Amino acid sequence: MSFLILGLLCAGPRHGYDLKRAHDQRLPQAKPAAFGQVYATLGRLERDGLVAATGHDRAGGPDRTAYSITDRGRQALDAWLDTVEPPAPHVTSALLTKVTVALLAAGEQRARRYLAAQRQAHTARLREYTRLKTRPGIAFADLIAADYAIAHLDADLRWLHTTLDRVAALRQEVTG
Amino acid sequence: MNGILYGRDMVKSYGRTVALRGVTLEVGQGEIVAVTGPSGCGKSTLLLCLAGILRLDAGEVGYCGERIDNWSETARAKLRRGAFGVLFQFGQLVAELSAAENIALPLLLSGVRRRAARTAAMTWLDRLGIPHLADTRPGEMSGGEQQRTALARALVAEPRVLFADEPTGALDSLAGEQVLGELVRVAREQQTTVVLVTHDARVAGYADREVALRDGVLDPSGLGLTGPGVTGAGLDGTAGGAAGGAGAGVAG
Repeated sequence: MSFLILGLLCAGPRHGYDLKRAHDQRLPQAKPAAFGQVYATLGRLERDGLVAATGHDRAGGPDRTAYSITDRGRQALDAWLDTVEPPAPHVTSALLTKVTVALLAAGEQRARRYLAAQRQAHTARLREYTRLKTRPGIAFADLIAADYAIAHLDADLRWLHTTLDRVAALRQEVTG
Repeated sequence: MNGILYGRDMVKSYGRTVALRGVTLEVGQGEIVAVTGPSGCGKSTLLLCLAGILRLDAGEVGYCGERIDNWSETARAKLRRGAFGVLFQFGQLVAELSAAENIALPLLLSGVRRRAARTAAMTWLDRLGIPHLADTRPGEMSGGEQQRTALARALVAEPRVLFADEPTGALDSLAGEQVLGELVRVAREQQTTVVLVTHDARVAGYADREVALRDGVLDPSGLGLTGPGVTGAGLDGTAGGAAGGAGAGVAG
């Protein structure tokens, strides 16, 4: 969340409430940010000198402090953007664990039944995201978030098919 | 069967290779159905048979409640110039003609006057966001532009059913998405029924329903599974619905 807040502040000073709203809009598929989390993050960023309180607005409500990104904050953001994320290993996925356990403990038919049901669920979700992204006037952030989800669902689906082919090939080898 | 289009117990072979082993399916008015499966599973053959381009060895195909597989070649060709539109992966455009002329072609072949055909072509160029390509020849267009032009040509006669065989298979990912987005948008606006053949789950995601084929039969699991507890588990919860049965037992 820290870097998203720093990124949002690049466009100009904002209050915590605005930042929470912007966070939820930019990452619509993610869990909405809790106010407490936003203010705690701002507190940490201020302590580290990455943001600074630049104004107070008391008009008609509680004290609202606006924050700006500092030069140090911009440097930290730059450094973060230059850092390559480690590719996720994906070997801890629940999907993989379940298929492996099903094959080991419950036999091929059980694993196949599970795979078929899982494929159905994945296909339905993929269609949901496709509907979302073909909605007229969809926000760019929603679009790339849907693309991301679809690409991962598609990868899972291809893996499901390959796994079944592998299981069939293994059986053929064993039974001759 | 009540859908706009149906195939019943369809069987089709090429020499000794059996492509369809008794496939039954029905497509509703305005529905977008994806036919999926690995290469060689018979999905393109299914599309060609439903569109009346290939003749069946056995079984039947019907459109609007009327059996059409036994129609003459001339009658089926007429259907394909009017009620049916067809879109392939590539290579449908006439290289010597401009986009507008290519799009107008089906209308001209149906006897529409040149000026009216040109006007209709311009309208479709507009609808698909490529009016600037009216006088451009296919060789000067990108793959995505060519496929939009081919889509406009498939839709210019305002068909009730559009058959699309891997329509974005030759395009890069973004261009493919744009063409699919346009195809689905226009189909929904026009209430056009679409039969969309693809091996790609992301493309199938644009459809209302998926029908999976494997080795020439419908495969309800989508994974080539026939074990207990698997057969009949229809995709999308449409078990026993419009997707129909696998038609086992038909000549193979």
